[in-house]
Amino acid sequence: MKTLQELEAIRQRTLERISLRKEDKEEAVRVVIGMATCGIAAGARPVLNAFMEEIERRHLRNVTVAQTGCIGMCRLEPMVDVYTPDGQKVTYVLVNPEKVRMIVADHIVNGHPVTEYTIGAADKQD
Amino acid sequence: MRDISLHLLDLMENSLRAGATHVECDMRLSEEGRLDICLRDDGCGMDPELQQSVLSPFGTTRTTRKVGLGIPLTAANAEKTGGALHIHSVPGQGTTLNVHFNTRHMDCLPLGDVAQTLWTLVITHPLSPEFTLTMASPQGESRFSTEEIRSVLGAEIPLNEPEVSAYLRDLLVEQAQTIFGGLLL
Ligand SMILES: Nc1ncnc2c1ncn2[C@@H]1O[C@H](COP(=O)(O)OP(=O)(O)OP(=O)(O)O)[C@@H](O)[C@H]1O
Ligand SMILES: [Mg+2]
Repeated sequence: MKTLQELEAIRQRTLERISLRKEDKEEAVRVVIGMATCGIAAGARPVLNAFMEEIERRHLRNVTVAQTGCIGMCRLEPMVDVYTPDGQKVTYVLVNPEKVRMIVADHIVNGHPVTEYTIGAADKQD
Repeated sequence: MRDISLHLLDLMENSLRAGATHVECDMRLSEEGRLDICLRDDGCGMDPELQQSVLSPFGTTRTTRKVGLGIPLTAANAEKTGGALHIHSVPGQGTTLNVHFNTRHMDCLPLGDVAQTLWTLVITHPLSPEFTLTMASPQGESRFSTEEIRSVLGAEIPLNEPEVSAYLRDLLVEQAQTIFGGLLL
């Protein structure tokens, strides 16, 4: 059973972590997932979950996950934008949990976008 | 949509887009397998004309495409089980959706992962709005409230902090399992 005492302990540890983090200047990566009907029906929820799992497993402290609505390219959902501290945005299309693991490992951790999953690659196939 | 929990995620996304500061989901499963879901928000609401039109796919205020599917798809899946979807909305005050499914009907979608639906919403909105989830069945009743969580954590801790987010996930999974486990999952 989850208890409130547990939450109280988490509060203490988290406050310490937040104050430590303020000192180190690591810049943030932002992951944004499309969550309109088109995205959800195409599998956006398991994609979001896969990002959370990878972030947790790898202890990535500088990655935040957010969501957005429909951007009008419903047949390419689930779509994910990755914003990196260098100011770049990369848009991935038809994402699934398998692709998420590659995107986290290659792009977010090692800085190399996975070109074959990007919107540019999808356009060329048409 | 593959299951009811995904419809709920989709409908609560509407509440977020309407600028709600409180989003409430109340789910009650009766002995006879009747599932009543009440979604309530204090977002911008809909005027009577929009309320009429959203039951058809062409009622949308989206500008990215011409059809809005969230409400019509949910209504169709509820009606297939002999259930229904009703909208009550007041402009400037908020919206209430009542959806009813007969889970024993052979065309009823599975419930799916309600815990994951709530968790997804909460961790991607770590500071606001507040979410409440009540679940009830012959096995008991549970309540999850981000406001109550925040009253222990303090306002300065966002709910997507790794340890908090893991706690919330476990709590939601535990509650859903207690209330609906073995009945619908
Ligand atoms: N909770 C709500 N509060 C205020 N307006 C709402 C709410 N839910 C729906 N609406 C209005 O009804 C319209 C139709 O909603 P619906 O979910 O069917 O489609 P959509 O959200 O426009 O698009 P989609 O769900 O396909 O991504 C919305 O565009 C919005 O204007
Ligand atoms: Mg919608």
